[in-house]
Amino acid sequence: MGSLTAQYKDSVLFTTSENIINWSRKSSLWPETFGIACCAIEMIAAGCARYDLDRFGVVFRSSPRQSDVMIIAGTVTKKMAPIIRRLYDQMPEPRYVIAMGTCAISGGVYNTYSVVQGSDLFVPVDVHVAGCPPRPDALLHGIVLLQQKITGSRDLKQQV
Amino acid sequence: MTDVNIIDQSDDESGQSREVLMNLGPQHPSTHGVLRLLLQMDGEIVKRIEPHIGLLHRGTEKLCENFTYTQIFPLTDRLDYLCQPSNNLGYALAVEALLGIKAPERAQYIRVMMAELSRISGHLLITGALPMDLGAMTTLLYTMRDREMIMDIMEMISGARMHTSYCRVGGVREDLPEGCLERILEFCNIFEHRIADYESLVGNNRVFLARVENVGNITGEDAIALGLSGPCLRASGIDWDIRRDAPYEIYDQLDFKVIVRTDGDCYDRWKCRVDEMRESLKMVRQCIAQMRPGPFLIDDPKIAFPVNKDLLAHSMEAHIHHFKLAAEGFKVPKGEVYTAIEAPKGELGFYIISDGTEKPFRVKIRAPSFVNLQALTRRTTNMKYLADVIAMIGSLDPVMKEVDK
Repeated sequence: MGSLTAQYKDSVLFTTSENIINWSRKSSLWPETFGIACCAIEMIAAGCARYDLDRFGVVFRSSPRQSDVMIIAGTVTKKMAPIIRRLYDQMPEPRYVIAMGTCAISGGVYNTYSVVQGSDLFVPVDVHVAGCPPRPDALLHGIVLLQQKITGSRDLKQQV
Repeated sequence: MTDVNIIDQSDDESGQSREVLMNLGPQHPSTHGVLRLLLQMDGEIVKRIEPHIGLLHRGTEKLCENFTYTQIFPLTDRLDYLCQPSNNLGYALAVEALLGIKAPERAQYIRVMMAELSRISGHLLITGALPMDLGAMTTLLYTMRDREMIMDIMEMISGARMHTSYCRVGGVREDLPEGCLERILEFCNIFEHRIADYESLVGNNRVFLARVENVGNITGEDAIALGLSGPCLRASGIDWDIRRDAPYEIYDQLDFKVIVRTDGDCYDRWKCRVDEMRESLKMVRQCIAQMRPGPFLIDDPKIAFPVNKDLLAHSMEAHIHHFKLAAEGFKVPKGEVYTAIEAPKGELGFYIISDGTEKPFRVKIRAPSFVNLQALTRRTTNMKYLADVIAMIGSLDPVMKEVDK
């Protein structure tokens, strides 16, 4: 191995398949175009010119079948929760969830009869982004955190 | 994602006609949030539309009953989340009417200026989002770029990009920061040229025009019968604007034109908003020119915190008032009131019943988006194809949080 690296150091990259898979997964996180409430506007702002999510490989897709990450951007009501769960089930694995904003994290101020008090009650949430609504920078930070989580993951090893 | 369920294979025995019940939304990029439509389709032709709302019902009105009058401001922010200062203003005016007070002149100018800036930011989003719904992504990127400038101004003034909560009963929370007016003027200078850009970029686009012209026409009669307001009403040829016809705050001292168009189709509603941005810009400039230094909050220790913060260090009385106000809020005399303002989406009304305590007995919000959404029916408009429905939703510009409350 050592001699091979020395011999091909300028043209060949030696790594593990796991690293390659994680690297490709984290570099093309495609979220669903699915805004629920106010946070959706900040999500759009994050995707547009100034904050530009595209440079992280984050490109919004309209279908859950094509997306890797679901950004729950807004208040989840009891009427909405089964739909979000269904969308989550439609996403191919590996799939990730970012709960954006206080409403999605815990219901926030809306401790009422109609609001689900936190989206981790019905989907597994990977990253919580706090704020009401979080600034686009905060969402960027959440995505970077998710990327770190993916790179550190050992999915393949467990499967083998 | 749309789900297609075929309910009946054939209407008649021959199997010639196949009507399909189709579900559009709630997760659909063009439904502006969580609107769900049940469409009865005959091929590509829409026979019947049944909107399903309530997917974002958060119980705002009920929540208001448990909050003091000041605590409700953040809730009003989250109604029409594109133009928060407008909502704040509408609510503040209702409470002020109950109390029988008026904000100082400077505060009124600041509020109106903020409301008009937020009108621009709300209209900007839909100026870009309607073409995006119809397949032209580029405009949104441009409009969001300009919207960021307004967000910066809002952040400078209130500390928050979106949910400003800047109004207070009897004025505004803080005075304008230093250098803020220059910043707004700079924005005005830049933005005034950008509007023309959007008009030529989108308004002259043949594909866009084909999708929106003569689609979803609403006649003036229908618009009144449906209770439409705002640009949706004015696009149908009805010359009605609360800012001019029942002026509140200092709108009677501003010189502006009410934009009225005649056809009432999707294009007119879009164009009406673009032109309104120009008028709003004019109003912002006038506000800045007419604004004079002065108090920004009413001088009543029972209702508002003292403007002079040093007072709290020296005066025991001020301290007690401050404590009572922060801990309990202020009492509002018994009575009921309805006030309406011209929010970007239309007539935003607050109907408040007070039972004489610190918390309202009942708050009813007349949300313009909710009423405007009624126009989304086959009966009143000439939407024929599925693609027209998308254009119609976009041009009505509903904000689902305001619809569902």
